[in-house]
Amino acid sequence: MNAGALFLAVFLACAVEAVEATTIVLAAGTARDWRSALIGVGAGLAVLAGVVAALGPALTAVPLRDLRLFVGALLLVFGLQWLRKAVLRASGHKALHDEDKIFREQLAAAREADSKQVGIVADWYAFTLSFKGVVLEGLEVAFIALTFGSNQHDVALAAVAAVAAVLVVVAVGIAVRAPLARVPENTMKFVVGVMLISFGTFWGAEGAGARWPGSDAALLVLVPVIAAFGLTLVAFAKTRDTAKTLSTDRATTASSPGTAV
Amino acid sequence: MKHFKNFFAFWYDFIIGDDWTVAAGVAVALAVTYAVARTSVSAWWIVPSAVAVIFPWSLWRAVRKS
Repeated sequence: MNAGALFLAVFLACAVEAVEATTIVLAAGTARDWRSALIGVGAGLAVLAGVVAALGPALTAVPLRDLRLFVGALLLVFGLQWLRKAVLRASGHKALHDEDKIFREQLAAAREADSKQVGIVADWYAFTLSFKGVVLEGLEVAFIALTFGSNQHDVALAAVAAVAAVLVVVAVGIAVRAPLARVPENTMKFVVGVMLISFGTFWGAEGAGARWPGSDAALLVLVPVIAAFGLTLVAFAKTRDTAKTLSTDRATTASSPGTAV
Repeated sequence: MKHFKNFFAFWYDFIIGDDWTVAAGVAVALAVTYAVARTSVSAWWIVPSAVAVIFPWSLWRAVRKS
C-alpha cells in the first residue's frame, strides 16, 4: 500500500505540475526561440536537482519521529491547499485550469516582450519564462517527492515516479505539439490532495507521539474517508451555489414582476 | 531589503499559501496531539478531527470570497 501510494501521489503531483510547466515552455518556444526556452528548461531542472541533492541527504539524517512531525505538518498544509482548490473548481466556485487560455495569454505576452541576448542565450525572455515555469511548478513537487520518499526510506522510488511523470507529459506534449488541455488536471489534483492529507495526518500524528489503532492499516481507512469527505464537500458547495442562484433569481423576479413569465 | 522581503514573501506563499488559518490550525492540532500523547489518553483522533474542522472552514472562507 505504502510504496504504491508513494508512487501514485508523486506521479500525479508531478504530472499536474509538468502539464502546467509544458504550457509555459510551449509558449516560450513557439512565440520566441526554442533553443533559449530549452536552455531555460535545462537550467530549471538543474536547480530542482540541486535542491533534491542538497535536501535529500539532510532529511534522511533527521531522526524518523522528528522527520514525520515536520513532514506530516508540511504535507497536511500542502494537501489542504490542493484539495481546497480541487473542491472549489469541481463545485464551480473557481474556474477550471484552462491550459489553452493560459497558452494564448502567455503567447501574446511573449510576442510583445523585447528581445535581448545574454551569453549563450539568444533570447533572454524565452529563457527566463521557461526557467521560472519549471522551477516554480517543480519546487512543490520536489518537496513532495523528497518528504514522501525520505519518510518511506525510498527516495529512489519517489524520484522514479517524478521522472516517469515528466517523461510521460513531455512525450505527450511533443506528440500533440499543443497545450495538454484534455488532461483531467482537477481530478488528479483532488487525488493528490487526498493522499497528502491522509499521509500528512498519519505521519504528523505519529511524529507528535500518537499511536494509530491498527498501525499502518489506519491509512486504509484514512484515504477513503478523506476522499469521501472531499466529495461530500464538493456536493455541498454545489448545492449551496444552486441555492444562492435560486434565491437571487427569486429576488430579481420579485423586484421586477413584469418580467416574470 | 527588497530582496529579503521578496524571499520571505515567496516562502510564505509557498508554504502558508492563501489561507494562513490552515497552517495555524495544523500547527495547533499537532501541538495538542504532542501534549495529549504524553498523558494516558489516546491522541490519534486529534489531527483527523482538526482536518474535519479546518478544511470546511477554509473552504467556506474561500467560497464566501468567490
